Amino acid sequence: MSIEIVNVGKRFGDFVALDDVSVSIPSGRLTALLGPSGGGKSTLLRIIAGLERADTGTVRIEGVDATGLPPQKRNVGFVFQHYAAFKHLTVRRNVAFGLEIRKRPRDEIRRRVDELLALVHLEQFADRLPAQLSGGQRQRMALARALAVEPTVLLLDEPFGALDAKVRKELRDWLRRLHDEVHVTTVFVTHDQEEALEVADEIVVINDGRVEQIGSPDELYDRPANEFVMRFLGPVTRLGDQLVRPHDLQLSISDADGVVGRVTRVTRIGFETRVEVTTAGGQPVTVTLTRNEFQALNIQLDSEIRIRLAPGSPTTTTTATQPCAETSTLIPTH
Amino acid sequence: MTSAALAPSRSPRNRRSARGGLPLTRVSGLGLGVAMVWFSLLVLIPLAAVAVTAAQGGWGGFWRTVTNEQTAATLRLTVGTALLVTLVNIVMGTLIAWVLVRDRFIGKRALEVLIDVPFALPTIVAGLVLLSLYGPDSPLGVNIANTRTAVFLAFLFVTLPFIVRTVQPVLAELEPESEEAAASLGASRFTTFRRIILPSLTPAIAAGAALSFARAVGEYGSLILLSGNLPMRTEVASVRILSSIENDNPDSAAAVAVVLLAVSLAVIVALDVIARRVIRRG
Amino acid sequence: MADHSTFARRQVLRFVVAAYLFFLVAWPVYLVGRNAFAGGLGNLDDILTDPDVTHALRLTVVVAVIAVLINTVFGVGISIMLVRYDFPGKRALNALLDMPLSVSPIVVGLALVLVYGGRHGWFGPALESAGLQIIFAVPGIVLATVFVALPLVIREVVPVLEEVGDEQEQAARSLGADAVQTFRRITLPAIRWGVIYGVVLSLARSLGEFGAVKVVSGNVLGETRTATLVVEEKYLNFDKGGAYATAFLLALVAVACVIVVSALRPKEDR
Repeated sequence: MSIEIVNVGKRFGDFVALDDVSVSIPSGRLTALLGPSGGGKSTLLRIIAGLERADTGTVRIEGVDATGLPPQKRNVGFVFQHYAAFKHLTVRRNVAFGLEIRKRPRDEIRRRVDELLALVHLEQFADRLPAQLSGGQRQRMALARALAVEPTVLLLDEPFGALDAKVRKELRDWLRRLHDEVHVTTVFVTHDQEEALEVADEIVVINDGRVEQIGSPDELYDRPANEFVMRFLGPVTRLGDQLVRPHDLQLSISDADGVVGRVTRVTRIGFETRVEVTTAGGQPVTVTLTRNEFQALNIQLDSEIRIRLAPGSPTTTTTATQPCAETSTLIPTH
Repeated sequence: MTSAALAPSRSPRNRRSARGGLPLTRVSGLGLGVAMVWFSLLVLIPLAAVAVTAAQGGWGGFWRTVTNEQTAATLRLTVGTALLVTLVNIVMGTLIAWVLVRDRFIGKRALEVLIDVPFALPTIVAGLVLLSLYGPDSPLGVNIANTRTAVFLAFLFVTLPFIVRTVQPVLAELEPESEEAAASLGASRFTTFRRIILPSLTPAIAAGAALSFARAVGEYGSLILLSGNLPMRTEVASVRILSSIENDNPDSAAAVAVVLLAVSLAVIVALDVIARRVIRRG
Repeated sequence: MADHSTFARRQVLRFVVAAYLFFLVAWPVYLVGRNAFAGGLGNLDDILTDPDVTHALRLTVVVAVIAVLINTVFGVGISIMLVRYDFPGKRALNALLDMPLSVSPIVVGLALVLVYGGRHGWFGPALESAGLQIIFAVPGIVLATVFVALPLVIREVVPVLEEVGDEQEQAARSLGADAVQTFRRITLPAIRWGVIYGVVLSLARSLGEFGAVKVVSGNVLGETRTATLVVEEKYLNFDKGGAYATAFLLALVAVACVIVVSALRPKEDR
């Protein structure tokens, strides 16, 4: 295990940012800390980096007790949401910064910086100032700068949060491929479940200062530990007192079993069709079908229909009476 | 920033629009015309008159006037002391701005007000103010009246706000992340200050220093009660110009004034260059 | 990252700054107040019953008010020109507008005398034969005061105008407002605070101008002597009590202006 966090707690005044958190982050993997804003995930990342100090608990990095170490001595690479570029230095000097601090020989610095600039595809921008780069390019520069010192762990705090949707997607793919090349233990913070599911080997879901669940993307999606994880990782709808995924529900006109309801609304969104069925008990249930499924069923508004949960689908029992959003997901998408 | 108005220079973010705008309409063109006539009558023509008057004696006359033993001494004293004061301000002004931005303590707001007092205080009152603590009746028992130290002190007082007020907003807007990034890359606090923070502040410090220098070089009011205006000892350039005016010798007054105007102009150009460099850096 | 050494360093810096400002500004300013009241209210009473001093104070206030009015109208107008319009020479004008901040007040006075002086000035003799005396008269004092305080309103208003942007103005135009209506109902309310700060600071500067006024006023007792000239005169004539009392009044107004600006300015934009 590369990073061991044991019983870490952190308060800011009255606000409990982390409440007795213990997590083990495996070596060489790409781990996502996922959760809503203000849930404590960035605080945890900053504690690992030494930028915040935990009130209680210990942090070990590669077997070394780092709890009391200042950030300078931890040998971590940190990438910030808003790049934290050194504005007065060229791209090359930005990337070289950590190596210059470590007083490496000039030739070695030049060689290493050239390698890294090639890795992040910024060779032709080496002599520009950060202000002359796009957001995506600045973030790649920040990544090269963090990687230059060959950190034990690479920490990224909402690294794509300030970028527009298209660039975010590109950089996401690129980070995944980069990690497959470099293999440094990487932890990144995100509030975007899609980003975590797509990029990470391992996801730690953090909410309200506590760890809700740890696991691979598949485990989390298919076997959510509780209602929060279920809701956070994807769209949900309520059937009876169960929370289910709208695309795990099947509709049928001829079947004898299943819950009886009446079609009250049909909304087509591109390739998917969303059907709202109101059960005999008056509960609205959202079911999503592909366009083909929808057409094959020949569903008419106000007709009677039966809803069935596909076998093996994840469910959680819900206690809250809060309505399930009719929209596809509860997660704030930007 | 508490008093940007007192800040003698715009912060990079607040610099005046350099990019375009609407073309002039008939009404706005007329307005601009009126404004320009007023500005010319008030500022441009009078300042030109100084230059023209100085030029009337020819280069030889100008040179004789400014190299006259007594005049040269005032210029040396004025420029030398102004440079020294600017150096002190670079250190103290940056330090004060640092404490006002990064530290929190009771009474900080009072310090904020103190910074602006020298700007708002009439200069003659400023002289009297300093005289009351450092003059013949000093409760500290130091009497610097009529010495060169008095000139230094008066300059220091009137130029206090300049660097503080230019550096403060820039420092307040520095992202803490840059410093954290430097720390995680292994830079010590001192290295971070020297290599990350200071370079970001340099344009603001330079702008404040330029204004501070210009203000000191032209200072008059705070000195007359404090420095004694002793020829060859504590007489500064402005005092010299005034005595030329009073002796009905406008030519030599204008000659010395041109030297001071050149300093002002150099400062204005320097500020413009600095502002543009900051825009480029973004 | 707060540990003991950071804490200690912080204390030292705080102390150095506080001590510097105490010895350079706070204590000396306090002493002027104390000296003014050294003989009770006697000093203040003396100057306020001296007709020459009250005339000087009145003159100072009148000149300052006129100068502030002129600079406000000019400043707001030129700010709008600089921010909203494009014209040749804008960059040069932009830079030159700062000139009064870095020109010696004595040079300001000299420049005005050279142009408007009654005997040898460029325009002075012509104006004087038309019955308008400028130098050694109140108009000259006004000119000098306007000159030195010229950039203050502009410096306050320009950043606010830039921050506000022109979308609201365009919206108003699209709704049928003409230029005057747009200015009165949209632009002016938006830049209100900037204008107010600028006015307060110009007022402080105008009340306290000394060097430029000294050159152009002629310093005629009961006619063109302003409050700051009274301070000098009294001090040099060994009426220290009167000098301190007058200085105290001026300092009071100046400090009040600074406090007003600091209190009005919203805290969050620090």
